[in-house]
Amino acid sequence: MTTEMKKIFSRPDSLKDVQTHYCPGCQHGTIHRLVAEALDYFGIKDQIIGVASVGCSVFLYGYFDVDVIEAPHGRAPAVATGARRVHPERPVFTYQGDGDLAAIGTSEIIHTANRGELMTVIFVNNTTYGMTGGQMAPTSMPGQKTSTTPYGRDVSTDGYPIKMAELLSGLDGTAYSVRVAVDNPKHVIQAGKAIRKAFQTQLDGKGFAFVEVLSTCPTNWKMDPLAANQRVADEMIPYFPLGVYKDATA
Amino acid sequence: MEESLTKRLFVKGNEAIAMGALEAGCRYYFGYPITPQSDIPEYISREMPKLGGQFLQAESEIASINMLLGASACGARAMTSSSSPGISLKQEGISYMAGSECPGVIVNVCRSGPGLGGIDASQADYFQSVKGGGHGGYHIIVLAPDSVQEMYDLVMLAFDLSDRYRVPAMILADAVIGQMKEGLTPHPYVAPADLATKEWALIGGGKAGEQKVVKSLYLGDGELEAHNNKLHAKYAVMQEKEVRFEAVELDDAEMVVTAYGSAARIAKTAVRLAREQGLKVGLLRPVTLFPFPNVAYKKYAGNGQKVLCCELNNGQMVDDVRLAIPTTEVVFYGRAAGAGSLPTPEEYLAQIRKHYEA
Repeated sequence: MTTEMKKIFSRPDSLKDVQTHYCPGCQHGTIHRLVAEALDYFGIKDQIIGVASVGCSVFLYGYFDVDVIEAPHGRAPAVATGARRVHPERPVFTYQGDGDLAAIGTSEIIHTANRGELMTVIFVNNTTYGMTGGQMAPTSMPGQKTSTTPYGRDVSTDGYPIKMAELLSGLDGTAYSVRVAVDNPKHVIQAGKAIRKAFQTQLDGKGFAFVEVLSTCPTNWKMDPLAANQRVADEMIPYFPLGVYKDATA
Repeated sequence: MEESLTKRLFVKGNEAIAMGALEAGCRYYFGYPITPQSDIPEYISREMPKLGGQFLQAESEIASINMLLGASACGARAMTSSSSPGISLKQEGISYMAGSECPGVIVNVCRSGPGLGGIDASQADYFQSVKGGGHGGYHIIVLAPDSVQEMYDLVMLAFDLSDRYRVPAMILADAVIGQMKEGLTPHPYVAPADLATKEWALIGGGKAGEQKVVKSLYLGDGELEAHNNKLHAKYAVMQEKEVRFEAVELDDAEMVVTAYGSAARIAKTAVRLAREQGLKVGLLRPVTLFPFPNVAYKKYAGNGQKVLCCELNNGQMVDDVRLAIPTTEVVFYGRAAGAGSLPTPEEYLAQIRKHYEA
């Protein structure tokens, strides 16, 4: 008896057929896939320019089959601005972590959003500096122990976790600002839709589009992947509520 | 050719550099206001849009240099301009541009320092310009105009050299050259016939086949060493082919005054005055500060001549002069910039007489 096999699930064309360097349980892989699915959906793999940041996602060009410019730490939105101005017909996205975007690159992200640059920013918030070994990030939770807050983040001296999706939603240049998570299938589907909408916003010329994705870092959180995933639901989402903070695309 | 490109004009150095850049096909400018160079973004913000280009006043020097990196990676002729404290902020981006072999022009209308210092003409940024001002052990092309005409001419050369070698290029001027007005004869830009198309850059429309990546990260065994060796091999070729200098009355000179930029203008007058007094003195003026014209020093100042190096700082280029002619005694005369410290030709002449007769 022969069974006719039909392929119903495969790697998006926008992703290369390679292994990533990400740690077990890291959600960069899931987020990469959602971005790649959006690029496939719009058929813009050969048009889009990716701007890589500094951090675990620096190897963007190794995983996405798109043209990539590598930016200095925090400067991806400025590099993307230069690229977008030269090739207005080519969409642009940056992919940045919390240290990159919400600490050293705060100035660049705010002013890029404020100019209403036509780009999509994927902001991966895992409450720590992953690549450098788990130091305190601008998004680290109150009390969170990191390698530079061994007694826990003390908000009286270290300040508070910064809420970028809310902050950027207050700028006139921001057309779309949303926070999503990828800790369960429902959230993954919602995140995929949000990422697709963020690219749609850019392609429609509506303005700056921002997607904050809550993510795990099991290695630096010193948790197994399941426990790390549970932390997203138990600790992060209550502090960083999911939802659309601005939608001026209608 | 436009009529405006044949008429003799009376303009500021800063305007000349803006005019030269536009004529050379620069269509993207990213910058941040700072004295004494703000005439450049002001001129470009008015004229570039008329040519279909884009002027963007960025939120910071850091953002502007990174916008330049992005535009350059996309194959455009683009520039930024600033002055000393702003150039310090740009050094991170310049290092990344050098590492990822992005061309682009950076103008430094140098002011005095350190710190906030002052807004007077200064040459205190020689080191941070020619020695690789950022991290990582690289060089950029550095051109030093000494007139309004050269502001126009050298910015065109800067774009050509930068594109040819895929090395960022800096115009190192100062407040005097930037702010003074003198005659300028504009001329049309003629692209060098051998300038290759930017096959490496992210092209318009979309990627044609293979993925293009502009980056400076090399982690594989031996990769970064090979990359650095490649960069330094380019510097060696530039040293061979791209050195430029001006020789004034050097053939019979028993004493060589050497200076660049504004200091060279003062020195030129001092040399003329010395000649009028019967002293056999000439001027060697580097136009390329990197690559440094070692060959010119060997030719004109390495055979028993006395050498006087004059700078608007406490001694920076003099180190390179001494390296170029190690057996020659090189004396230095410099004054750190600040209000009221710009030397006069008579002051330089006194130094010439002092050492000539010594």
